[in-house]
Amino acid sequence: MAAKKTVSLGKEISKGLILENPVLRLILGTCPMLAVTTSVKNGLGMGIAATFVLLGSNLVISLLRRVIPDKVRIPAFITVIAGFVTIIQLLMESFVPALNESLGIFIPLITVNCIILARAEMFASKHAVLPSLADGLGMGAGYTASLILMGAIREIIGNGTFFDLGIPGLQAGGYIEPMLIMILPPGGFFVFGILIALANKLSEKAGKQDQPDDTICAGAISDQTACLLCGGCSFGRSGPQNQLQTDEGVRRMAKSSAAESGDESPRGGENA
Amino acid sequence: MKEMLIILFSAILVDNFVLSKFLGICPFLGVSKNLKTAMGMSMAVIFVMVLATAITWPVFYLLLAPYDLGYLQTIIFILVIAALVQLIETFLKKTLPPLYQALGIYLPLITTNCAILGVAILNIDQTYGFGESMINSLGAGLGFMLALFLFSGVRSKVDHADVPRFFKGLPITLVSAALVSIAFFGFKGLIENLFS
Repeated sequence: MAAKKTVSLGKEISKGLILENPVLRLILGTCPMLAVTTSVKNGLGMGIAATFVLLGSNLVISLLRRVIPDKVRIPAFITVIAGFVTIIQLLMESFVPALNESLGIFIPLITVNCIILARAEMFASKHAVLPSLADGLGMGAGYTASLILMGAIREIIGNGTFFDLGIPGLQAGGYIEPMLIMILPPGGFFVFGILIALANKLSEKAGKQDQPDDTICAGAISDQTACLLCGGCSFGRSGPQNQLQTDEGVRRMAKSSAAESGDESPRGGENA
Repeated sequence: MKEMLIILFSAILVDNFVLSKFLGICPFLGVSKNLKTAMGMSMAVIFVMVLATAITWPVFYLLLAPYDLGYLQTIIFILVIAALVQLIETFLKKTLPPLYQALGIYLPLITTNCAILGVAILNIDQTYGFGESMINSLGAGLGFMLALFLFSGVRSKVDHADVPRFFKGLPITLVSAALVSIAFFGFKGLIENLFS
């Protein structure tokens, strides 16, 4: 029994790292992924902060899962998450002020990071405490790993350094000049695009047919709630094919969200 | 007046929320597929951004700051924004059905759009006054709209391009977003030269 439990806990942790990597496979939490990965250090800091919030919110929400009424669960989740974000914000302000300065607004914005809300909605609100913590740890580790990977690529190519240590030959005057564009915003979009394409290729090669293919947020979101709150992720990886489908998608999302937020009126009917 | 214009234009062009601050990437990638949805979403974002600033600014300076509760900013702001979006939705539905028809379906989607919370917090961080905050929010919203408008044009071309299989969909969209973002670098020196 105990052995079985450990195995499944291990699975909860490891799935976040590769198979359901929150950023590269589920495409969640893209804003900080693009913004703070100008260096490995920033990526690591952001990853740890998000993991802390993820663990805390998964723990509390899992403990409260029978107490929180279904209709107000999204606001309740957001309040819990915002509480933990405030804690990490105050901690970072006093212990690592320099890092806090360079991450700036993206620390408070962890509150609206899709990953955290998605795990609360999809996992913590349905599972016991231990698996929820394992899930939080795995997802956090996967997020941190992707942030570090992208930070490393951008820092090495864009600045010729790794973790603030100069790499011989990549500095100004070396074999390859640093390409500043990589640590500027366009580099973020570019590297992220390449990484997702690579992840697609690798997962296809590995024969993972259970990949989240037809909706961007699949796996995490199941076409409603958490990620639709962040404004339209569930439009599909390849996107809707025509106008009608788009309208239908928006309407369906709005309708399910209305049901979420406890709005009882038959709004969907009016629209349709 | 000049300062207001500087804030407005730098929020729209130089510090574009989507392309240089990376706020609101989800809707940017999600709804930029066609022009009509992109515009509907942008209108809703502008609307909520300006209203959210009109509420969060007084809340911070009249309720939180006098009692030294600045650290509650994140919790209070997100709750205020969530409640506000619900209120706006109900209000529009009852009083202005045409506007509700146009914006209603997008409203629930932007409660936790990070651009909305982002602009509210940025206004406080920059210690803008009330007027400046409103202008900044308006500029941020207009910048969001501009980015979505331009990008939906790019996407309609990209969709018909023959790209490698693994780049189909999101990856190629991100790569083209990088190019649009480079284009926005052209505005970098604009503000100093325009208003000096």
